[in-house]
Amino acid sequence: MYPAKFDYLAPESLDETLSILADRGDEVKILAGGQSLIPMMKLRFATPPTLLDINRIPGLDGLTRTNGTLSIGALVRHNDVVKSDVAKANHTVVSAAPWIADPIVRNLGTLAGSLAHHDPEGDWASVMLACDGKVVLTSSTGERVVPITEFLVDMFSTSCQPNEMVTEVRVKAHSDRGGGNYQKLERKVGDYATVGVATCLELADDGTVAGAGIALTSVYAFNLKVTEAESLLKGETPSEELFKEAARVASQACDPASDSRGSADYKRHIVDIYTQRGLAESLAIAQGGQS
Amino acid sequence: MNVTVTINGTERSADVEPRLLLVDFIRSNLGLTGTHIGCDTTSCGVCTVLLDGTPVKTCTVFAVQANGRSITTVEGLKQNGELSAMQTAFHEEHGLQCGFCTPAMMLVGTALLEENPDPTEDEVRWAISGNLCRCTGYMNIVKAIQAAAQSAKEGASV
Amino acid sequence: MTTTAHKPHTSPEIGGLGHSRKRVEDARFIEGRGNYVDDIELPGMLHMAIHRSPVAHARIISIDTSAAEAVEGVIAVVTGELLAGYNLAWMPTLSNDTQAVLATDKVRFQGQEIAAVIATDPYVAQDAARLIEVEYDELEAIVNPMRALEEDAPVIRDDKEDQETNLVYEWESGDKAATDAAFAAADKIISLETHYPRSHPAPLETCGIIADVDSATGQTTLYMTSQAPHAHRTLFALVAGLPEQNIRIVSPDLGGGFGNKVPIYPGYVVATAASLVIGQPVKWIETRTENLVSTGFARDYYMKGELALSSEGKIVGLRVDMLSDQGAFFSDAQPSKLRAGMFHIVTGSYDYQAAHVTTRGAYTNKAPGGVAYRCSFRVTEASYLIERLVQNAAYEIGMDPAEFRLKNFIQPEQFPYTTPTGFVYDSGDYEAALREAMRIVGYDKIQAEKEQARKEGKLVGVGIASFTEVVGAGHGEDYDIVGLKMFDSAELRVHPTGKAILKLGVKSQGQGHETTFAQIVAEELGIPADDIKVVEGDTDNTPYGLGTYASRSVPVAGAATAVISRKLREKAKKIAAHLLEASEDDLEWETGKFFVKGDPESSVSIQDVAFAAYTNPPPGVEAGLEGVHYYDPPNMTYPFGSYIVVVDVDPATGQWKVRRMVAVDDCGVRINPMIVEGQIHGGLAEGYAMSSMQSITFDEAGNHLASSFMDYLVPTAWETPRFELGETVTPSPHHPIGAKGVGESATVGSPAAYVNAVVDALEHLGVRNFEMPVTADKVWAALETASNG
Ligand SMILES: Cc1cc2nc3c(=O)[nH]c(=O)nc-3n(C[C@H](O)[C@H](O)[C@H](O)COP(=O)(O)OP(=O)(O)OC[C@H]3O[C@@H](n4cnc5c(N)ncnc54)[C@H](O)[C@@H]3O)c2cc1C
Ligand code: FES
Ligand code: FES
Repeated sequence: MYPAKFDYLAPESLDETLSILADRGDEVKILAGGQSLIPMMKLRFATPPTLLDINRIPGLDGLTRTNGTLSIGALVRHNDVVKSDVAKANHTVVSAAPWIADPIVRNLGTLAGSLAHHDPEGDWASVMLACDGKVVLTSSTGERVVPITEFLVDMFSTSCQPNEMVTEVRVKAHSDRGGGNYQKLERKVGDYATVGVATCLELADDGTVAGAGIALTSVYAFNLKVTEAESLLKGETPSEELFKEAARVASQACDPASDSRGSADYKRHIVDIYTQRGLAESLAIAQGGQS
Repeated sequence: MNVTVTINGTERSADVEPRLLLVDFIRSNLGLTGTHIGCDTTSCGVCTVLLDGTPVKTCTVFAVQANGRSITTVEGLKQNGELSAMQTAFHEEHGLQCGFCTPAMMLVGTALLEENPDPTEDEVRWAISGNLCRCTGYMNIVKAIQAAAQSAKEGASV
Repeated sequence: MTTTAHKPHTSPEIGGLGHSRKRVEDARFIEGRGNYVDDIELPGMLHMAIHRSPVAHARIISIDTSAAEAVEGVIAVVTGELLAGYNLAWMPTLSNDTQAVLATDKVRFQGQEIAAVIATDPYVAQDAARLIEVEYDELEAIVNPMRALEEDAPVIRDDKEDQETNLVYEWESGDKAATDAAFAAADKIISLETHYPRSHPAPLETCGIIADVDSATGQTTLYMTSQAPHAHRTLFALVAGLPEQNIRIVSPDLGGGFGNKVPIYPGYVVATAASLVIGQPVKWIETRTENLVSTGFARDYYMKGELALSSEGKIVGLRVDMLSDQGAFFSDAQPSKLRAGMFHIVTGSYDYQAAHVTTRGAYTNKAPGGVAYRCSFRVTEASYLIERLVQNAAYEIGMDPAEFRLKNFIQPEQFPYTTPTGFVYDSGDYEAALREAMRIVGYDKIQAEKEQARKEGKLVGVGIASFTEVVGAGHGEDYDIVGLKMFDSAELRVHPTGKAILKLGVKSQGQGHETTFAQIVAEELGIPADDIKVVEGDTDNTPYGLGTYASRSVPVAGAATAVISRKLREKAKKIAAHLLEASEDDLEWETGKFFVKGDPESSVSIQDVAFAAYTNPPPGVEAGLEGVHYYDPPNMTYPFGSYIVVVDVDPATGQWKVRRMVAVDDCGVRINPMIVEGQIHGGLAEGYAMSSMQSITFDEAGNHLASSFMDYLVPTAWETPRFELGETVTPSPHHPIGAKGVGESATVGSPAAYVNAVVDALEHLGVRNFEMPVTADKVWAALETASNG
């Protein structure tokens, strides 16, 4: 299958890119890893008049840690995350990375592109929702940093404006009393999640939960942050019972559809099981003091 | 648009439409038909080549994106007229049947050994899990990649 | 006699039977120099794209091709109306039905071919195909055969004059009265209703053609993904009315076939017609979606089986009723007398004399096909049903499933064994194969471990399948496809220097014919296999044959190869006698040479003889050492085996994982053990795919829900289990080299073993069935039901 015709621009600097976006952001579509956009173009679900290839812009492939924040540039590929030592600073991030798509797709697809695409079956949005990630949006007039909850608007829709692009994604590093995890049920490698559960924990000095994040993939119209379950954990002493309760809340909050991946009841049940497993795993890391 | 690539060590150019997929560029414009097409959804991996050394699915890359970059296809695996350790191992271990997935499997295997010269069976299976094979049940593909690792350790070039 | 070892009779240098000779075809593939249809470029070649129906069942009101025609680069747009002018709007199927080439009156399945664009560039062809506008008057879509046979169901095939319902065929086998009597006297009756889901062979290379019709000479060359090039040539001659001598079909390297490349598809016919009219070569390569939605589905059998047991736990009778979903056109690739193929092999590996099998097929609004996907004509469905029934029977009488099988197997001394549905099994030792599988897996230990695991709240299951296959179609009196008898052929030419070329009517799709068939000649003539070139796939250069499917290459063409080699050896003996100045009666043969009895020094090699055949033939003997043989097999061959699968089920999620998969196959004599094992690996993987994830489903409106590899799931190396193989060897008594064929055994036998294992893990909870594919949510639902009482 072949895409429809389009014009192609491959600017070699960020400034040039931003000025193109400023001039004609409405008619161009950014091409990052292309691993969502090109398949859609081949099916002609997407027929952009112009592609703006950002792959030749220098400086967007940084994956760095500064003062407890992990910064992931727009051209950081899924597999860069898998292989990076720096990314290990966030346990949820490293645990999700190997489960995105397949090993070859991971060589091109980007984390930022995945968020910008906002497919409700995409895994990264859940990771960022659980870990309170932030997205750096850049335009010719400057830069704004928006929390992930504001960035993600609705399925396949974000608050990135036509004159803007995502240049970086930021997420906190776990402290040595923090942990995180991503649980994904997939039918085979390369399949989108039947259910995905991202969890993230920070413990206070007394061992109680100081911060908690839980977000779900593929079980709602968009990636779902389960704030009710998060607040239920905060300030409490972690226990199997507590995690069970949080998992129950998560499984109530989601609204999965029955399809070839499984019945709604089944997916709800998996949310329950995986939330428990994810929290237990996150806790083990937090208590193990790894960073 | 003009696209110039270094393919298997040789520079080649062609004038193409931006929408031309890299796989069609390699197969039709460059006439290298060892790279195959097996699906419409970036699922099967038989179109995989090494782009600057990294395996990518060329059905999901535009030819224009490869401008100025270097590509290795199955036709470039031989070194100094000799089969690479990977090619030899696929033959020795019966790692292919119809041969349709084979070029991609060998390239992915080659890239894997660059990074991990001594992969376990699980690591091999994981590395080739973006590539489908319908004939072999993967048993002998995995064996072949491990055998290539072994002979590379003994001095053969991957 | 059954043995577990094969000892080659020839040296590795000769490379006859039993040598794991490395494949000669590999050389081109590992350098990327395979030559698949899509790799071929001809001067002036045009490209074709097909516009397909988005709906499953509708009357066509109008077709507007004007926008497509206006696209720059478009040469022509072909519609059914245009084809009708050449009498090509419809074509015959392999089951004596008709199929629309391009729809004119109605569309009958989603994805049906409506019009085709021919353009200078494949991208342009696809652009234009999208611009064709068709107006439909939608009708009820029939998506299962049960609905199809209801009285008020709309008739799908209203194009056929005498077709008043959606019934395609009704067919039965066995003895009803005897079966009723056996059931009446039975102590226990075990029944199972199950659906073998619709599947698709999905070789990684899709189907395609380059049609090159020379308008000046009428020479028609078709480069085509064909598993049966000769039969296809004849069909093209009959369908298109082209003189057969002017049609040359070249089936180059095939990227897998598995039955998908047996039928003739509308795309082939349209491309050929277009090339004929335009006078330029036309290429059509299916997209994966086209492949999955329109060509060559398999299975889709709704089966009800009942097994009658005596009080001693012996099987005394089997009753089966089957309803098949045939799609919109009946195009099963099957021998014409047997409407449900060889489904009546459903009696299995067990000894009882009463069986009755009734079958019906129905038209539905789905793609046609009914190909034997890595299966010998509906044997997969049969084997699945009996092996699932037998497993359940063991549970119902509280017997170990292995023990139950051992108690009921046909015994070695009973062969040849006539089954109640009329097959004559050639040879077998079912107990030996099962015992070997039990030995490898450590059966008693694993059963004990399973019991222990249950006590700890873990779920482990052990599943067995002891299948008998029927392959090698087949003897001419019973087996033909559209009238063509199912023989196959081999032409052997030994050149003056003692090197040889072997030409075959079959066609490899990855099975390694170039390697193995040379080994048969090497065995028979002592010419090193490396000195023998094997050629197939070009109808101008090979003898007529019916092609490769139904595991028939070795049983039929392999036999033809052995027989022609032996015939040439007879002639070689005459020449040797002449050279040694001895009487033929005084000569003895030892691999590669004749010598005078009692005087081993007086010998001539087969190479000497070959040279003499051209330089110094005996007086009165024709020069040359060449010949061709057409082999009509006296019977089918019956490979068998026992597979044992061990699974671990996660009670929390219902996910199951194969811990062990032990496969003991008996395919008679193994020509090349390495290749045999490769075939088995592939089949076990496809069996796993069908049992765990891969199936084609439709919604109520007839929309295809598995039209890409994102939904039609092919397992990767990560999910695919590891396989442990074993073997027993029970030669076929009627095959010249005792071989039986193996390409499909593992796909036929393994699905039941996988499913039996998952059922076994939950057997103590009262679970007796899972429908394939056995997905995690089905297992979880069963666990829920069990725990809720
Ligand atoms: C076979 C297959 C399986 C997959 N499985 C999974 C899976 O299991 N889980 C999963 O999460 N994903 C999966 N994916 C999707 C994959 O992760 C993609 O890489 C990702 O969704 C998109 O990233 P990309 O860089 O390829 O973006 P592109 O495809 O280049 O772009 C996607 C969209 O985002 C926009 N965009 C990209 N970058 C920016 C930017 N910097 N600023 C603004 N807009 C931008 C584009 O304009 C476009 O609209 C799969 C893909 C394939 C082909
Ligand atoms: S052709 Fe299937 S992944 Fe590229
Ligand atoms: S060898 Fe045929 S697909 Fe892998």
